[in-house]
Parts: sequence; C-alpha cells; structure tokens
Amino acid sequence: MATASSPAAFADATRDETSLSRFLQGLPGVDQVGVEARAASLGTRSIKKTAKLWAIDTAISMVDLTTLEGADTRGKVRSLAAKARRPDPDRPDTPPVAAVCVYPDMAATAVEALAGTGIGVASVATAFPSGRSSREVKLADVALAVDAGATEVDMVIDRGAFLEGRYGDVFDEIRAVKQACGDAHLKVILETGELATYDNVRRASWLGLLAGGDFIKTSTGKVSPAATLPVTHVMLQAVRDWYDATGELRGVKPAGGIRSTKDALRYLVAVHEVAGEEWLTPELFRFGASSLLSDLVLQRRTQHDGHYSGPDYVAVD
Amino acid sequence: MSDRVSVAKTYKLYIDGKFPRSESGRTYPVTDSVGGFLANASHASRKDVRDAVSAARKAFGGWSGATAYNRGQVLYRVAEMLEGRREQFAAEVSACEGVPTAEAMSTVDTAVDRWVWYAGWTDKIASVLGAANPVAGPYFSFTVPEPTGIAAVLAPQSSSLLGLVSVLAPVVATGCTAVVVSSADRPLPAITLSEVLATSDVPGGVVNVLTGRADELGPWLASHADVNAVDPTGASPGARVDVAQQASGTVKRVLTVPGDEPDWTRRPDISRLRHYLEAKTVWHPKGT
Amino acid sequence: MSVWEYAPAPESRDLANLQPNYRPFIDGEFVDGGGDPLKSVNPATEEILAEVGTAAEPDVDTAVRAARRAFEQVWGPMPGAERAKYLFRIARLLQERARELAVLETLDNGKPIKESRDSDVPTAAAHFFYHAGWADKLDYAGYGPDPQPLGVAGQIIPWNFPLLMLAWKIAPALATGNTVVLKPAETTPLSALVFAEICQQAGLPAGVVNIVPGAGDVGSLLVRHPGIDKIAFTGSTAVGKEIQHAVAGTPKRLTLELGGKAANVVFDDAPLDQAVEGIVNGIFFNQGHVCCAGSRLLVQESVAEELLGKLRARVSTLRLGDPLDKNTDIGAINSAEQLARIRELTASGEDEGAQRWTSPCELPERGFFFAPTVLSGVEQSMRVAREEIFGPVLSVLTFRTPDEAVAKANNTPYGLSAGLWTEKGSRILWLADRMRAGVVWANTFNRFDPAAPFGGYQESGFGREGGRTGLEAYLHV
Repeated sequence: MATASSPAAFADATRDETSLSRFLQGLPGVDQVGVEARAASLGTRSIKKTAKLWAIDTAISMVDLTTLEGADTRGKVRSLAAKARRPDPDRPDTPPVAAVCVYPDMAATAVEALAGTGIGVASVATAFPSGRSSREVKLADVALAVDAGATEVDMVIDRGAFLEGRYGDVFDEIRAVKQACGDAHLKVILETGELATYDNVRRASWLGLLAGGDFIKTSTGKVSPAATLPVTHVMLQAVRDWYDATGELRGVKPAGGIRSTKDALRYLVAVHEVAGEEWLTPELFRFGASSLLSDLVLQRRTQHDGHYSGPDYVAVD
Repeated sequence: MSDRVSVAKTYKLYIDGKFPRSESGRTYPVTDSVGGFLANASHASRKDVRDAVSAARKAFGGWSGATAYNRGQVLYRVAEMLEGRREQFAAEVSACEGVPTAEAMSTVDTAVDRWVWYAGWTDKIASVLGAANPVAGPYFSFTVPEPTGIAAVLAPQSSSLLGLVSVLAPVVATGCTAVVVSSADRPLPAITLSEVLATSDVPGGVVNVLTGRADELGPWLASHADVNAVDPTGASPGARVDVAQQASGTVKRVLTVPGDEPDWTRRPDISRLRHYLEAKTVWHPKGT
Repeated sequence: MSVWEYAPAPESRDLANLQPNYRPFIDGEFVDGGGDPLKSVNPATEEILAEVGTAAEPDVDTAVRAARRAFEQVWGPMPGAERAKYLFRIARLLQERARELAVLETLDNGKPIKESRDSDVPTAAAHFFYHAGWADKLDYAGYGPDPQPLGVAGQIIPWNFPLLMLAWKIAPALATGNTVVLKPAETTPLSALVFAEICQQAGLPAGVVNIVPGAGDVGSLLVRHPGIDKIAFTGSTAVGKEIQHAVAGTPKRLTLELGGKAANVVFDDAPLDQAVEGIVNGIFFNQGHVCCAGSRLLVQESVAEELLGKLRARVSTLRLGDPLDKNTDIGAINSAEQLARIRELTASGEDEGAQRWTSPCELPERGFFFAPTVLSGVEQSMRVAREEIFGPVLSVLTFRTPDEAVAKANNTPYGLSAGLWTEKGSRILWLADRMRAGVVWANTFNRFDPAAPFGGYQESGFGREGGRTGLEAYLHV
C-alpha cells in the first residue's frame, strides 16, 4: 500500500493495510432502522415560498447534467451543454448548472461546447460503471478525460476489492487516480447499491476521503438502488465528521434516481441539517441527474408565475 | 418405668438462613386449639422486619438471576423434604388447627402437592405470560415477566400450613424473595417449614419467616421503602386498610384478597404468580 | 442569519374547528356542568382558546350512574363482536378527522404539529383498531374462559398526550366490556370533548363513555365515588400515591402509570449517530413532557466527549417555535407552572455544579418556551439526576463499566423505561435483563405500539397498557 499523505489526524489509519482495515472496521456502526427513520423524518420538512425559490435555484446550480448512454453522440452532448448554460431560455435569470457529465470520449465535445461558460466538464472514468479492468486501463481512461480538458473526474471504486476486504487496493487505486487527475477534481463513486449495508457505505466514504477524493458520490446510476436519502445521510455525516477532525471541507454527490424537485429539496434539507449550511454550495454538493433539471425549471416557473406550468414549456434536452 | 422427659424445642425466627431470636427479646406462648401450652414463639418486632427485608434484598439478585430450571429444582427439593416430614407437619397442623390427624395428614399432602405445582411453574410462567409483540414497524419487540422484588406476605391466620404454602410458594416460584409473617396463633408449621427451607437448597434470605402479629408487623412491612409487593391476607380487615395505605407511600403492589380466608384446598390458578411479576417490554430494530 | 431560512409553513388553525364553548359529555349528551368553567389556553401564544364547562359533584354522580346503567343494560350484555364494531367505527372516525384533531391537539397542548399529526393521532386510532379486535376474542387472552369486565372505570389522564392517553385508557376498557367516566387534564380538555362527538357519530350507546372536564377536585370525586369499580390513572407519582392511598381498603381496582427518570445508556461501541438521534428523541420529543423520557444520559467515559460534541451539534439544529409550523421540532411548554418548574430544577442543576449548555435557538416573545438544554457533569446525587423535570432538559452522567452503568441506571425509585446503545448483541440482552424498568429500548427510543405492553416498575406505577397483558387491568382475573 502506498504511503499516504492524509491529514495528520489519520496518519496512523493509513500507515499500512492492517491499520487501514482496523480503522475502517472500527468506525461506529450505522443502525439501519435509525438512519432510515431520521431520513424519513427530515423528509417531512415543508419548504415554502422564498425558501423554496432559493432551494430551486441552488439545486439547479448544483446539477451535474448527465448523459451516460451507449447512444450518446456529439450532437446529444452539444444540446445538453446548451441546456446546461441556459436551463430556461425564457427566463435568463435561471442559474446555469454546475457541470455536464459525460463519458471520456465525449469530454472534448463538452469542453468545446462549454468553453468560457464557467460550467465544469465532468467525465466518468476508470472503466465506468463496473470498474472491472486493469489499473493501467483505468488510468488511461482518466488520462483520456483529463487530456480532453475535463475539470472533474468521476471514478468508480473497485467494489469487488472492497467487498473482499482489500481496502488497501481500493485506497491505492483512488490515490493513483487522484494523481492522474492533476488539477481536475476527483469524485469517488462508491456504488452504494452494491455495498449493501450502511456500515459499508460509511467505511467506503472514509476510504474515499482518506485517499484524497474531493467528493464522495453515491452511484453510477447504472445500478439499482442508486442514490437514497439515508445513504446520503451517512455520507453527509462522513464529510461532516471529516471536517470536524481535519478542518477540510469535502463534497457529496448523490446520483441516480433523483428526478423531482420534491426529491431535490429533501436532499438539500439533509445537506442543511446533517452536514451543515457550509455545504449548501455547488463546491460541496452536487446532484448527478438527467431529468431532474427539467422538473426544477418547471417548478421554478410555477413559483414565479403563480400557476402550474407544463412540460411543453421546458426544453426536453 | 417412668416416662422420659422430652426435649422441648425453642422456636425462633428465620432470617437470612439463620434462626435468631427476636431482636426485641419478646416471646409469646403458643397453645393448641384447646388452650394447652405448646411452645414459646419469638414475637418479632419492627427491627426483625428491618433485618428480614435486608436479607431478602441481599438474596434477590441471586435468586431472581438463577435460571428458572434451577429454581424449579430447588423448589422441588423443598417438596421432597416436606414429604419426608409429613408426620411432624400433620402433628403440628392437628395441634394448631384442632383437626383430626387424618384430616391434618390430608392437608399436609395437599400442601406438598401445592408446592410441587408451583415448583413446576418456574420455567413455564414466562412462556405463558410473555409474548412476541407484533408491532407495526421494523422492530423485534418482546415482553417477558420478571420478578417484582421483595414480597411482604402476611400469611393466613387459620390455615397454618396449606394456607402458608399457598401464599409463599408463588412468591418464590417467580424469583421474588419473601418476608413472611406467619399465623400468629398457629406458627409452628411455619417454623418447621423454615427448618425445611434451611436444610434444602433454598439460599438464605430468599424466604424469611417472622412469627408474630400481622397487624403489628404488616404496616412496618408495607411502609418499608425496599419492599415491592404486599399480600395482606393475614391482616385483620382494619389492618388491611392501614397496610394498603402504607403501601401507597412507595407504590407497592398490594394483592387484592377476599374478606375471609378462602378454601385453600381449591385448585389454585396463576393469579398469585402474576401478582409478583412485572412485564418488561424490550424493543430492538431489525436491520442489516 | 442562516444561508437558508425555511419560510413559515404553518398548518391552518381553522382546521381545528375550534368552538367558543365546550361542555361535559354525560350519558350521550353534552350538558352544562355545575363546576366553574375553565379557560383552555394556547401555551404557544397565551391566548384563550375556549371556555370549557366542568363537572361538579352531581355531574360526576350522574356520569357514574349513566355508566353503570350502560354497563348493566347495554354494553356489558352486548356480544363482544358487536362491541368490536363500535371500536372499529371510532378508529375510522379518528382517522377521518385526524387533521382536525392534530391541529386542535397542537393548539391546546403546544406540541409540534408534526408530532400530533404523525404520532399522537395515528397511534390513538391504532389503539382503537387493536383493541377492537380483542372484544370478541377475550376467551383467548389467557385469563380463562369468558373473563368478566370490572364494571365502571374512572379514568384520569395527563396533559402531555391528551388524545393518545385517552385512547390508551378507553380502548381497552371498552373492548373488555367496561364503561368509562374519563377526566381529561385541566389544561388540555379539548380533544377529549371532540372525541365525545366522535362517540356520538359512531352511535356509541349513551353512557358508555362519559367525559367530565375539570381539575384535580373532579379527579378526586371519581377516585372516591363508591359507584366506580376501577381507577386508571396516568400522571405524576405524587398524585398516584394519593390515589393509591385513597382507594386503599376499598374494593376498587387500580392501575397507575406514573413518572420516570429513565437512563439512556450509551456504550463506546454504539452506533453513535443513531444514538444521538435516540438521545434527542428521548428527551426532546414532546418538549420532554414524556413520563418515559430518557432524561438521564449515561455515557461511557471513553466516548463521552465525542458523543457530547455530536449531541450539541445536533441539538443546535432543532427548530423551536410555532407549534403549528410543520417544521417545528420543539413546541411550547404546556403551562406557565410547568415552565417555572423546569426553570427552577435546571437552575438547581447549575447551582449543584452541573455545566449548562443551551441550544442557541431564539425563543418567541410570547408563550411558554424553554430552549433545549444539556446539563453535563451531573452526578447521581444531584436533584436533576433524581427528580423528574418533565421538560427539554437532559442530565449527562458518565460510567466506566457495564456493572457501573447498571448500578447507576437502576439507582432511582422510578422504573418506567431505559435506553441501551451498543452494537454488541450479548451485551444488549445482558443489560436488558438487568434494567429495572418496564420498557427497554435497545438501539432505539420512544417506540410505542398498541401491541406492546407499556408500564412501570416500582414508583413508576403498576399495571400495563397495551398488548394481551394490558387487558388484565380491566378484567376480573
């Protein structure tokens, strides 16, 4: 296992494979019923009027507008970029999204389409979504994205290695990818749906943070279940605890399955009340989503117009 | 040939597995049903009550913490010892209660059987009174009966052995410990029962027997903050009110008893066991 | 100023359908009571909500006679299957009028609408559903064939869960064939009188349920009334003792659900974040106006500092304010008297050397409010470790070993509930065995269900409510 340059508080945790394993196994357990009850309870917050408008705009600015299909074309990516820049052309005060998220071979197209907008280009990498390839191929995948100008890399962890208990291998791989990223921000996808337990989600979150991930991200969107509120709670708690221990702010990105404004608001409430208001910024919280943006725009119109809007009034891209 | 002079027995209290005299030094004469002198019994005082409660508290942890199977074995052993002393008990019951020997023997037999009946309950009552609660949520919830603590038992005044066994056995079967005030005028079977308990496997302090006046000692027991439950059977109607009022001071469980002594030969039910048990409900989430 | 202020999201108070006057419910009718009317106050605003007629001695007498007549002529002889149908009807009506009842309860009591809406009212309906099913199955309840009801039950309930406590009392009494005269708490009588209306809507025969509002004197009339067969009381230990004293020597049966000073015991291997939730729920649910509240936090020394840090951070997020606001977590203290008591006891904790930490939330200018408070460095000898505060004040103590945790947890004359937090299964069961408490929540807290018996050891009372065990309180057994 490579020597880590983790914050001093956790130098011991990453000294060697055994220490890392003991550290992760020694994290406090997560009670499933308890965390799900808390998530459900926070889900009943009622967000109205100005608070809702603020939340909708904030949510829009946090969207990583995503297309990750085999059928993706340059044209599809360009139209997505257009929507990213101006989510609601009729209402220019609508904020742009945070980033557009594509496969590595589409990164160059996205970079070109978004040049000068300040909108990030995120590229998935490391043999997304399964992560089943050699380290060499994974790093080449990262290089492809970074060389094309991607500002953010969304890697997948090796869930097989994680479930086998080879935490050191997962750690080393994240570090290697982080190094390959250069200046690009690294989001570490845990694929929580495959980790199965909240205890594993907590361990994987800490693994991602210890190895230097700028964000921890729930899912690829290719595995069900993808993002859930309680899973996001556990991850938000991890970045909060990380901050309390190190003073460093790291981000969280739920991805997959968040389709409605109502859902997004529930996530923002969780960000607000579990991690804290410092995290209510695209620097530290993102939504990985494709269809969510349209609903946010629709609800934004409803709030401003005072009557319900309809899908024909929002661009389909 | 001259008659042999018999060796008279000194009757004492039974506290913490030992047989002390009353701290007060008091005794009172016990007579048979026609007034003939039988013995001097110790006349227990409030300080004896204090010592007995203290012994019962000390014994509670071990007795209530023993396995139900173990308590059953110990109580069955008591029945074996009772059986072995049938003749002695019959003689004492006959003398105290003024009934013919044959009837006294029958009473003793019923008392032994009663003890066996309760001995068998120790490891069954939890499955009868306990439950897995089907709650509306992802929780395992179960309810188990647990012994209430220390029971103050004012034993019946008339039925010196069968009545005594009928009110004492359910207390110890549940895992509670007992301070018993025997029948005042008919205490001999209670003292002999103490000797049985002392020589069986019942740990000292689990049962403490005081001979004396229920109406005098009852209120002391009922007001003692370390007593948890009270059976006022042996108290007079007036004293029962006093006992019940005193018991309210620390919210003790007071058994509802009939005005007159019941027919102890009737088949018992589990209501007395229930009286000395608390229901404890435990919850735990079910998750991965 | 927060980055994101939630806009007010109040539930409409019109939903409560508040009336200017409420009257006692006796023998199927709302009647003018002979007692001095009382004014029910909204503790969040100190405004008078309504005037409520109270019962005087003749009214209590009429109610008891009506209940007796109903018991002997109608309800007692009625087949269980028919009784059941009335209880099912009541359960449905409670669900249908849930929103109205939730808003009314919040207005009258001060509890957050999210609690009355998500907890009090649905659980009250669940109690009627559950017990309805028992009415024709009592032969199977374990009390022998055809167990008989006691007769007329006098029931006295507290102000902390007005409708829910009513359901805990009335549902089992009716299911087992008893009739009732119930006295709601002086400060929270309104939902009981709407419940009376529900009894009318359900077509419940006259006299089966009677509601006699009033203060302690009305309760005392019930306790002493010779026409009553059973008293069921939920409230303070002090009043419970008075009642037990009063019925001593009478044939009345008695069950008591009294105070508590529960320990919430957290071990170093606990699921800490959920433990924090459990601690918060344990002491701040319903402003701590809960007899089974986890008011003593016992935390293992090795994890105390970390846990307290997390706890304070979490408590800081609790939103205190308008109980009708759907985002309010902490509502109003029920009365000025209760608020004064909480203040006095909390001050005593500081005087005795505890360190006080109070949530930085702002308090509304009007109404009775008390900010969530954590007292650390508390010792068993302090008043705040021994006396029931019945408010949003947590006393924190530490322990080193499991034996010490058990000793401290049980070091109280109370014995209602206990909380345990550890991931080690065998330790949970070891501890659960040793807790002298009627309800033990392991890795959770404040769970309630009609199927799960609830009640205390020692000075927390006797008798159980809920489950098969709870039926015993209303049967000749």
